[in-house]
Amino acid sequence: MFDGLLLLPVGLDGMPASPALGWLWLALVASGLYHGINPGMGWPLAVSAGLLDKSPRALFRALWALAAGHLLATLLVLLPFAFLLVLAEWQRPIQLGASLLVIGFGVYRLIDRRHPRALARIPPTQLALWSFAVAIAHGAALMLVPIYLGLCQALELDAGHEAAGALMKASLAMAVMVSLVHVTAMVGAGGCLAWLVYRYLGLKFVSRSWFNLDAVWAISLVLVGAVALAFNLVSWR
Amino acid sequence: MTMRPDPTFHASPKLAMEAPAENFAYTLLLSPGFSKPDALAVIDVKPGSPTYSQIVHTVTMPNKGDEFHHFGWNACSSALSPLAGHAFIERRYLIIPGLRSSRIYIIDTKPDPTKAKIHKIIEPEEVFKKTGYSRPHTIHCGPDGIYVSTLGGGGKDGTNGPPGVFIMDCETFEVLGRWEIDRGPQTLHYDFWWNLPRDYMVTSEWALPPQFENGIVPEDLLANKYGHRLHFWDLRARRNVQTIDLGANHQMALEVRPAHDPVREYGFVGVVVDTTNLEASIWTWWREDGKFHAEKTATIPPEPAPKEKLPPLLQGFGAVPPLVTDIDLSMDDRFLYVSCWGTGEMRQYDVSDPRKPKLAGSVHIGGIARRTPHPNGKAFAAGPQMVEISRDGRRVYWTNSLYSTWDDQFYPDGVPGVEVMANVGRNGGLELDKDYFVSFPDGYRAHQIRLEGGDCSTDSFCYPSV
Repeated sequence: MFDGLLLLPVGLDGMPASPALGWLWLALVASGLYHGINPGMGWPLAVSAGLLDKSPRALFRALWALAAGHLLATLLVLLPFAFLLVLAEWQRPIQLGASLLVIGFGVYRLIDRRHPRALARIPPTQLALWSFAVAIAHGAALMLVPIYLGLCQALELDAGHEAAGALMKASLAMAVMVSLVHVTAMVGAGGCLAWLVYRYLGLKFVSRSWFNLDAVWAISLVLVGAVALAFNLVSWR
Repeated sequence: MTMRPDPTFHASPKLAMEAPAENFAYTLLLSPGFSKPDALAVIDVKPGSPTYSQIVHTVTMPNKGDEFHHFGWNACSSALSPLAGHAFIERRYLIIPGLRSSRIYIIDTKPDPTKAKIHKIIEPEEVFKKTGYSRPHTIHCGPDGIYVSTLGGGGKDGTNGPPGVFIMDCETFEVLGRWEIDRGPQTLHYDFWWNLPRDYMVTSEWALPPQFENGIVPEDLLANKYGHRLHFWDLRARRNVQTIDLGANHQMALEVRPAHDPVREYGFVGVVVDTTNLEASIWTWWREDGKFHAEKTATIPPEPAPKEKLPPLLQGFGAVPPLVTDIDLSMDDRFLYVSCWGTGEMRQYDVSDPRKPKLAGSVHIGGIARRTPHPNGKAFAAGPQMVEISRDGRRVYWTNSLYSTWDDQFYPDGVPGVEVMANVGRNGGLELDKDYFVSFPDGYRAHQIRLEGGDCSTDSFCYPSV
């Protein structure tokens, strides 16, 4: 599942790696770990499922559902950008727009920390749908856009000399890769925690491990967007 | 919003039992003649405290005639499910509906219970306008807000349309609107509760407002016109999926007490009176293969009594019906406490085998004919009524008033408000505590009790006990 990391030193098609590349992959894995350990993204639900069915299998089924929902949300957000990248001459406005979008969403989450009530109406049996909706509503998927665009740029996927068809193929492949790496890291971290709590630590850990990350989360969005924006502006010069 | 989850939220019932014991009991006070405003009393229940068993603070409301009955918290342990989406809400506000006025008070219990104060008042018109319901009753903090059951529909006497459940925002306390999408055959309402991970709700039936506001209507009761059905709902889909009729003679199916452990898909409901023989009964309901079932699993017989000991309402029967008006299940789902408000008895059933309740303990206090005094020698008017169990299951508290106009019919000599407590043995058994006896100010009756940090009829859990 960590295929993406193997590409770290060279990038797709054996192109020379830019120095930012390593950091971008690292950021991608870190964002996955961050989403994974956040109880709000769902790992306690896997613990509950395992305990209710008295079976580790139920725990893993729930983890799969959470991963599938998160993956779908990530793809849904990244794919439009993958298509947009074909418009090579528009890449800067796209990157600028994406950064501002992420910053804007972060600021919005900072001001309005309320959790959309509709999410609480999703039945507990539909964990994949819930995970999808939460990732969209909290901007978890959106957080990956600047990282994704950065990777595309660093690997020169957006270079104008490629034929449109080949370009799209490469940018789509990268979107899938970014989503897979992120979700693998997320479900790895969340799954480890769920298993530890289920098997060893006990339910007391559910409340103990929960920190109010609403503000941190919103600030992370702003930061990711701001860093991307700074890079964009610097690379323009 | 806090940085860490509220320390009174517990993932499982077992963790809730292990948490520190309650220091305060909140009790609703009502003025039966509506001559004074209703109030919330805060009682010191910390053993060894110099003000133990005394009222240490009172929040008096600015209106009269609310008739306080049941109440609940803005948040409970169910907030520890990521599905709820508000893990950092505080258990802080008590939601107190006026059953007669349809006014709802939000009481802030922070920073200290002894400084509790009114935070917000929702006027009846807002409830009427936004929900079409009236006479709010049971409060539970739910997945997408605070759920409030009502006993009345629209119109002056509450019979314009069926009663139901409405939702309030758990932070702003704004009334959001009706909960039901499809109520099926449900036309009456009383209590409700649920199993959150299994995604179902259970509701019960008392009566429509004209059948209770001015007292019990004997003709309606003998014609079996009070509620006698249980409704099972798909909680998130907000649809009635099954209705079970307990039989028309089983009049007034009131408190619904599901097992706290969400792995257990069963619960109990108390029936006030069987009109064929004056018996009270306990029913067990359960879910099996997606279908709900219910059966009568315990009965309590009436007690013969001479006419002169009976109120006019009962003189024709020559007996006292037990009148099971409240039941409560301990946090470990082991003991079911059953208030026999007529005969003056608090029963404790071992329900380890939920379909075979075994009588494990009992104390007599009050009662229409028995009139048993408290072991400390003081009189206890009426009988055991609203009962609340400490999280650890070691202490059981109860009060004595049922509902203003009904109190007057069954206990015409008056029902001065009293709260008592019984200690529970390690393996069952029940004994009244001589030192715990709260007399409320003159002219006040006492109804539901809520314990600091949650109790056995407030908190729902999303993780099983392990």
